[in-house]
Amino acid sequence: MRFLKNIVTLLAAFSLVLLSGTGMVQAKDTLKIGSFLAVTGPASFLGDPELKTLQMYIEEINAKGGINGHKIEFVHYDTKGKAKEAKNFVNRLIKKDKVDVIIGGTTSGNSLAVIDIVEKAKVPFISLAGSIKIVEPVKKWVFKTPHTDKMAAEKIFADMKKRGIKKAALITGNGGFDKSGRAQCLALAPKYGIEIVADEKYGNADTDMTTQLTKIRATDAQAIINFGFGKAPAIVAKNIKQLGIKLPVYESHGVASKKFIELAGDAANGIRLPAAALIVADQLSDKDPQKKVLLAYKKKYEAKYGPVSTFGGHAYDALFITVEAVKRAGTIDRAKIRDEIEKTHGFVGTGGIFNMSPTDHLGLNLDAFKMIEIQNGNWKLLY
Amino acid sequence: MDQLLQFLISGLTVGSIYALVALGFSIIYNASDVVNFAQGEFVMIGAMSAIFLMKAGLSYPLAALLAIAITAGVGLALEKFAIEPAKNATVVSTIIITIGASIFLRGAALLIWGKEIYGLPPFTSNNPIKIGNATILPQNLWVMLGTAVTVLAVKYFFDRTKMGKAILACSYNKKAAYLVGINVKKMLLVAYGLSAALGAAAGLLVTPITFMSYGAGVMLGLKGFCAAILGGMGNSMGAVLGGILLGIVETVGAGFISSGYKDAIAFFVILLVLFIKPSGILGKGEAERV
Repeated sequence: MRFLKNIVTLLAAFSLVLLSGTGMVQAKDTLKIGSFLAVTGPASFLGDPELKTLQMYIEEINAKGGINGHKIEFVHYDTKGKAKEAKNFVNRLIKKDKVDVIIGGTTSGNSLAVIDIVEKAKVPFISLAGSIKIVEPVKKWVFKTPHTDKMAAEKIFADMKKRGIKKAALITGNGGFDKSGRAQCLALAPKYGIEIVADEKYGNADTDMTTQLTKIRATDAQAIINFGFGKAPAIVAKNIKQLGIKLPVYESHGVASKKFIELAGDAANGIRLPAAALIVADQLSDKDPQKKVLLAYKKKYEAKYGPVSTFGGHAYDALFITVEAVKRAGTIDRAKIRDEIEKTHGFVGTGGIFNMSPTDHLGLNLDAFKMIEIQNGNWKLLY
Repeated sequence: MDQLLQFLISGLTVGSIYALVALGFSIIYNASDVVNFAQGEFVMIGAMSAIFLMKAGLSYPLAALLAIAITAGVGLALEKFAIEPAKNATVVSTIIITIGASIFLRGAALLIWGKEIYGLPPFTSNNPIKIGNATILPQNLWVMLGTAVTVLAVKYFFDRTKMGKAILACSYNKKAAYLVGINVKKMLLVAYGLSAALGAAAGLLVTPITFMSYGAGVMLGLKGFCAAILGGMGNSMGAVLGGILLGIVETVGAGFISSGYKDAIAFFVILLVLFIKPSGILGKGEAERV
């Protein structure tokens, strides 16, 4: 009986293959996009909107008939933010799923962990993580879309220079993002003629930073820079107000979400930060080429999932840089797609206008960051 | 001098948060010699329930009361469904059960409330109070008041009430307690319920300062646990002393040595105390029970 059943199933399967085969004579090969993101775990606030963005747009592209007739097949794994899982999944994407392009690597740790693997396997990889180390020095098969912490530090120092600030105090957390930002600030300050007069640290789960800020108050700093994300920067802002410190305060792009303003309350007012244009999309001038892209993304995302974040925007940029590259290449050959990604020029994304080159696998300049000030509990675009 | 005053005040405010959490450990410990590692989760559940009840439109006091009741219910359920079925387990196994429970509660909180961070409005004004050149927030005073009230209530409960004494009796000798007519099962249930309610109250007091998310209970619980062993596990005055000492060591260490080594300095002091006096500053020496 069982034997007979097997035969029947086999026959059914065969006929299906034949049927679908005849039906798809016209269709081209599918483009396989693989993805590994930290959808759960501590970095889930980054990975979650990234995955939703990818799924939403891939569905839309396929509904419109694909890229030049190539439908997209999306394979996704959740790394929970662990570098070891990232390595395993990327190996699986390459060897088992045989994907053509990889988009993912939510955190810098996850992205850096897989660079060797994708370089060896020669698969184009667009990272969604912040660290400058991912694309500097340039690796042939590795690209990225988010702004770097280096750009954030430069944007802050440039603004300080404008205001005539010469001495700044640094206060940072103990996470990877914080540490990397701190290192960039320390390295770049001399270039802008700024002296770092205090270098305080806190634990990201700490509940009070008044001690560190009291030390800063005793220095001759003219401004405070805080690199961090999550609840710690909100506590820093509140403690600064509590201690009656009147210095200008700079935060990083790590707090570019409404949550920060909600948590810090009126202590957030007056704080400046560099951030992607997405959070001030409606304040951009109509001539700004990004405005249309940003508003369209925001509208589409918010209609389906609720408040938009800049992190999902990085996934949008990576996906459409790939789509444009495949369109230009006219094939789904990995090497040709890679070459076309590198030739990305004038691509208007949510993070800025991308101009990649063989020596620049990010392709954003400082204009991609906007300087924003929090006024009356809202973002105000300065320039 | 100005700096030292602010360091001490900061230490006192942080320390009173640790003390408040540490107090929650003492009841279950006094009832069964078990360190309840889900205590930090009680703090988190209390705060998160209040936040979401307020979002649903309830007034602050009503949401706070309901949140304490909900958390007490969680404590009772934990005892009924996880601790009681393992009634013959050793102390160590029971502690491991509480670790499992803390992971479960955290996961449940993640599913129910999501990953976002939330705050609560302060009880009264948010304007800092000046003491010389140092400042303190009114909410910090509320935390200190809460700690003082709790420590007195816990002390009164164990020293003066029949139920408190009965709970203590259960920890000294379960069988003997049972023989003199104490309902051991019920006492344990009461201990978990009270502990959870106390944790929830702590959560309500500290959230306007520290914010809250599904995972924030871990760190609060850990610091509270450190404060409790530093002061002497099970001793409510010890919990307060340990908490405030830990807070001041952290802030003064961060202030005068390096903020990067803040936690290391605190853990060093804890190790030092435990080497010299393993039962904690106010703890009674271990008596061998024959």
